[in-house]
Amino acid sequence: MEQFLQQIVNGISLGSIYALIALGYTMVYGIIKLINFAHSDVYMLGAFVGYFCMTTLRLNFFLSLLASMAFCTVLGVVIEKVAYKPLRNSTRIAALITAIGVSLFLQYTTMAITGPDVRSYPAMSGFLAQSVSLGSIRITMQQIIILAVTIVLMVVLQFIVKKTRIGRAMRAVSLDQDAAELMGININATISFTFALGSALAGAAGILVGVYYNSINPLMGTLPGLKAFVAAVFGGIGLIPGAMIGGYFIGIVEVLVSGYGNSMYRDAVVFAILILILIIKPAGLLGKNVREKV
Amino acid sequence: MDKIRKNKTLMKLIYLVLTYAVVQVLISTGIITYYLQDILTTICINIILAVSLNLITGFTGQFSLGHAGFMSIGAYVCAIITLRMSTTFGFIIGAIAGAVAAALVGCLVGLPTLRLKGDYLAIATLGMSEIIRIIAVNLEITNGAAGLSSIPQFVNWVWLFVFTAGTILIISNFIRSSHGRACISVREDEIAAEAMGINSTRYKVIAFTMGAFFAGIAGALYASYFYVIKPDTFGFQKSIDVLIIVVFGGMGSLSGSVISAFVLALINTLLQSLAEVRMILYAVILVVIMIFRPQGLMGSKELSVSTLSKVGQIFQPRKGGDK
Repeated sequence: MEQFLQQIVNGISLGSIYALIALGYTMVYGIIKLINFAHSDVYMLGAFVGYFCMTTLRLNFFLSLLASMAFCTVLGVVIEKVAYKPLRNSTRIAALITAIGVSLFLQYTTMAITGPDVRSYPAMSGFLAQSVSLGSIRITMQQIIILAVTIVLMVVLQFIVKKTRIGRAMRAVSLDQDAAELMGININATISFTFALGSALAGAAGILVGVYYNSINPLMGTLPGLKAFVAAVFGGIGLIPGAMIGGYFIGIVEVLVSGYGNSMYRDAVVFAILILILIIKPAGLLGKNVREKV
Repeated sequence: MDKIRKNKTLMKLIYLVLTYAVVQVLISTGIITYYLQDILTTICINIILAVSLNLITGFTGQFSLGHAGFMSIGAYVCAIITLRMSTTFGFIIGAIAGAVAAALVGCLVGLPTLRLKGDYLAIATLGMSEIIRIIAVNLEITNGAAGLSSIPQFVNWVWLFVFTAGTILIISNFIRSSHGRACISVREDEIAAEAMGINSTRYKVIAFTMGAFFAGIAGALYASYFYVIKPDTFGFQKSIDVLIIVVFGGMGSLSGSVISAFVLALINTLLQSLAEVRMILYAVILVVIMIFRPQGLMGSKELSVSTLSKVGQIFQPRKGGDK
């Protein structure tokens, strides 16, 4: 039982990271129907910016977090303006190939600059290195920070999407782009803002993963990116609560499979769940099935 | 002479034999070196992969990101068989068994997942190919992450040519048959096709199974030419590479796939000496092409024997007033 609870604690930390990445996927998909493959590399760059802030610039954790979120926000908007905006009216597969192109570009540019080696994050000091014991369950301060940062960011995100003008514009554009435009909403600004929000969350996830797993490399984004996308599909793509639930679910399942089953098969189990949910309920856990009209 | 030119089948045959003979002569005279032969093999394998994916994605409109999974099944089955039976006969058995195994898996996976549409199908097929890769990493018979090595080499230009030309001929004839037209109608409008009495699921599964079959053959050729196969060779990146060839050549254009397999191999070879910068340039070229020519090189047009003879007619003296 204690081991099980310990696994759940680990799963929640991992799930928080997946949920943060999945939010970016789901918001972009909701608004322009594009699987933004470059998102996983924005997350990777978030981890690298955090690394340089903490080692070269010797900033503390929270300043580095803000710096990497700011960097990723700018990066996300630049990617959208340069690569995706010219393709807004072309086929979806062309946009998808562009996303893959951007993803390759980010990966190999990073590799050319920093080298392909794995780097390890500096060790945490002060209260960040401590841990709390509840009975025999050990919760590290890093896990608490991950959960706390994730919850704060999600609350902020929910506030922006539900209560502000730009949030209302986002929801309107994702519902019906043409109608939103006729109502005087600036579509381009809204889409850019969506990329900015999603990328900021990915940047946060990047630095959190660096602190938690202690190692980063230029190709680290691909697999967590795919799994985060699975999480978004699982919860119902385009739905913000769906991405959160999906992220935590995938994180916990992955940790449980490595803990109790064969850790070599943990990725296979995640993808098998994906295929099952797509067959049983393609719209995802929270999604509604939409009947296609002629 | 005119009669011969009008007989399309004969002209096709002549072009095919000419291509075969020219390359064969170039190989035996040593103008095509071993290095160039490697590139030629890669191009042929990529053509088979791209043409078969084009059947699924370009003609039937089903967006698949799992082609590398089928390729790996073909490669592993063929490698396992030729390692135990290293004769040309064993290679043929292995290639066919690999293709059939890939087709079976394609059919089994396709039946439930092809109900999905668009991006959902893409993600499901991506998940499927990742599962195949992970199984290959964990099985005993596939020798885990290290993969199989010292696979006997049987693939030479003859086999490459037979399989590549065979794939293109079979798929292009399939597309012109009534089944192929049914597949295209599913792409254009699934609901309208259903209303016309076309069983859309059936045709999707047929296209998917056929695509998987030829991907299996491509895998078998790969295993038998390059000696070594590893699960990582057939990862997500490989599926993406094939998709890029198809989209770059033009969705729904077989000749486009062939041309783009050549062009992309050329770009790759020219950039070979640049190491990491190669991938950066490759990515930039990809994005630029998609922005300025999203329909690909050929769109959905075909470069066929009749187009070639039309081009030929330009250079011939006009025969006076007719037409």
